[in-house]
Amino acid sequence: MGGKGGDSFTERLRSARRKQGLEADPGTPGAAGPPPSGLGFALRIGVELVSAMVVAVLIGWGLDSLLGTRPFITAGFVLVGGAAGAANVWRVMAPDRDRSGQD
Amino acid sequence: MAAEAHTIDAMGQFQLHTVGSVFGASVNFTQSNLMMVIVGALILALLFYGARPRAVVPGRLQALAELCYEFTYKMCIEQIGEEGKRFFPFVFTLFFFILFGNLIGLVPYGFAYTSHVAVTGALALLVVVLCTVVALWIHGWRFFTYFLPPGVPLWLSPLIVPIEIVSYLSRVVSLAVRLFANMMAGHVMLEVFASFVVMFGAAGVLGDIAAVLPLGFIVIMFAFELLVACLQAYVFAILTCIYLHDAVHLH
Repeated sequence: MGGKGGDSFTERLRSARRKQGLEADPGTPGAAGPPPSGLGFALRIGVELVSAMVVAVLIGWGLDSLLGTRPFITAGFVLVGGAAGAANVWRVMAPDRDRSGQD
Repeated sequence: MAAEAHTIDAMGQFQLHTVGSVFGASVNFTQSNLMMVIVGALILALLFYGARPRAVVPGRLQALAELCYEFTYKMCIEQIGEEGKRFFPFVFTLFFFILFGNLIGLVPYGFAYTSHVAVTGALALLVVVLCTVVALWIHGWRFFTYFLPPGVPLWLSPLIVPIEIVSYLSRVVSLAVRLFANMMAGHVMLEVFASFVVMFGAAGVLGDIAAVLPLGFIVIMFAFELLVACLQAYVFAILTCIYLHDAVHLH
């Protein structure tokens, strides 16, 4: 009886707290979810896209300098950078953010 | 002063200059470095004086110190898992170094060293190098399977592997640029609107009345900057935790 009573008390306490707005909504996504401000969110997505491109161009430029094939590897890595940017955005936006399972 | 000649110099505030007269100049000790030292001392003082009373019912300072500690501790456990306890000192140091660095920029005579990409870039590089070392330490050569997600057909690997490597390395740039851009943009905005106040104020009585508008806007901006300072430090810390989770658990 004690266990059941304790459960129902916890349950009632939680529902009362929720009614008062003291308990966090169980459906609230984690802190890594999109921030409420639209501008901040846009900036975040933009940074993800641009940073992948910057890294890809740097790698392509460096490999070209090493191998003396100036435009070709850079051109290839620009495509890779675009794809990596899209992959980054997908990781931010992916609907299923359950990180305990397989990715 | 020559108010008519006042121009908006939004970037001048980020210029570094040495402090501490001859001694500072000889080792290139700038106001940015000075702020880092002050922030380090502030964090240590908060924890030292906060922990000293050891009261069962904490006072205000002790409550603040405990809140900081437990907040970061919980974040580590939730994001990284049980292994997160081992990374707690690192995440705590990083979080509060950035948080106080952001906040000290809003104090008069303060300087937000996080508005320099050299500082944020070094911090981001530290995080990613640490994650890579941790992953290599725990998983050995299996770490490199990280760049080939399971379930991908092998003939796609020449395409997927470079994309994953670029995506992995882009963490350095995105971490650094996000923090630096947010901090710099805020201070530029404040400087621009502060310049409006001075320029309007120089234009006579009518200008004085008009100057109230940008002044009010600065007050709102300041509250917003307070939010951004805390939020960006939190984002940096939580992304560090997520990357460490990836390093510890691989996928």
